[in-house]
Amino acid sequence: MTSLPADSTPVPHPSLSELFRAFFSMALHGFGGVLPWARRAIVEEKRWMTAQEFNEAFAVAQFLPGANVVNLAVVFGGRLHGAAGAAVALAGLLLPPMAIVLVLGALYGRFGDLEALQRVLGGVAAAAAGLVGAMVIKMGQPLLREGAPALIVAALAFVAIGVMRYPLPYVLLVLAPISIGLAAWVRR
Amino acid sequence: MKLDTLGTLGLQFAILSLFAIGGAMAVVPEMHRQVVEVQHWMSDRQFADLFAIAQAAPGPNIIVVTLIGYQTAGIAGALTATAAMCAPSCVFTYFVSRAFDRFREARWRIVVQAGLVPVSVGLFAAGTFIVARAADRTLVAVCVTLVTAAVAYFTRFNPLWLFAAAGVLGYFGVV
Repeated sequence: MTSLPADSTPVPHPSLSELFRAFFSMALHGFGGVLPWARRAIVEEKRWMTAQEFNEAFAVAQFLPGANVVNLAVVFGGRLHGAAGAAVALAGLLLPPMAIVLVLGALYGRFGDLEALQRVLGGVAAAAAGLVGAMVIKMGQPLLREGAPALIVAALAFVAIGVMRYPLPYVLLVLAPISIGLAAWVRR
Repeated sequence: MKLDTLGTLGLQFAILSLFAIGGAMAVVPEMHRQVVEVQHWMSDRQFADLFAIAQAAPGPNIIVVTLIGYQTAGIAGALTATAAMCAPSCVFTYFVSRAFDRFREARWRIVVQAGLVPVSVGLFAAGTFIVARAADRTLVAVCVTLVTAAVAYFTRFNPLWLFAAAGVLGYFGVV
């Protein structure tokens, strides 16, 4: 673990229940993405990690398979309290949103066929697609600096999955090694 | 029949869990393929609705699997789908992230990480495309998507306001 910067005070080691409450509250604040809230809570408010430590933990969380914030809860909780810490952070992160969407899902099941609700959801669905569209642009920009091989790989992944609708496992088993090979070749 | 559905749902999502490179959006196209095109558990429109509900609710994006599971097989389906989507990747992350910390500066890790980024961007874009295609059935809906994308990209507006505005437009039959 890297040392704390000089201006930060030593931080008390959070207990399991503090861990649970912190992730519980992040999950409930996280509209349109939990990550900004996770960073704010862990780095700025609680000072459980430095910005540098958070970035490194997030890089691992993003790179390994699975939802990014879910992985972050596992990495962060695991570092503090092992498997129990990971489980507690995960429970705090997932249980409140699960309860909320189950209520919404039940309402959708009951009233989803109503004309008015269909019209409202039609609008919201179009906006939801736009929100993730903005994230694609943000994610894609760094690729422009990477050059042609990275752009071609991204385009191939898009076409294979989004247009051709090939099964994801097969596409990844072919494309991931190629992309890693290209990355090694570019950095040789 | 019900157990059959739960088994298929659990197995499919458990496999997907380990292929979610770059996060939840990476597996949206494959979830859509499975539940809409292969198994016919829901319509394209319902899939878009559930995605929108999950986006409008607080919490991580992956929570859409809870809704897909619920729509498919009720509470048992919701729990099965969520556990199947999270457990394999979480166990993997728990053990591998520790080993990974030791190789922070290693060349192979930097190369593998760099190699997976373009793949995950392509997958995320594909997920967006699938969701947009399901949601945007009219020209106005396409415009709502584009305007929302622009506002979300250029400003730090809370997305809930964008959803509310789009919902109001929808209610009055504009979209």
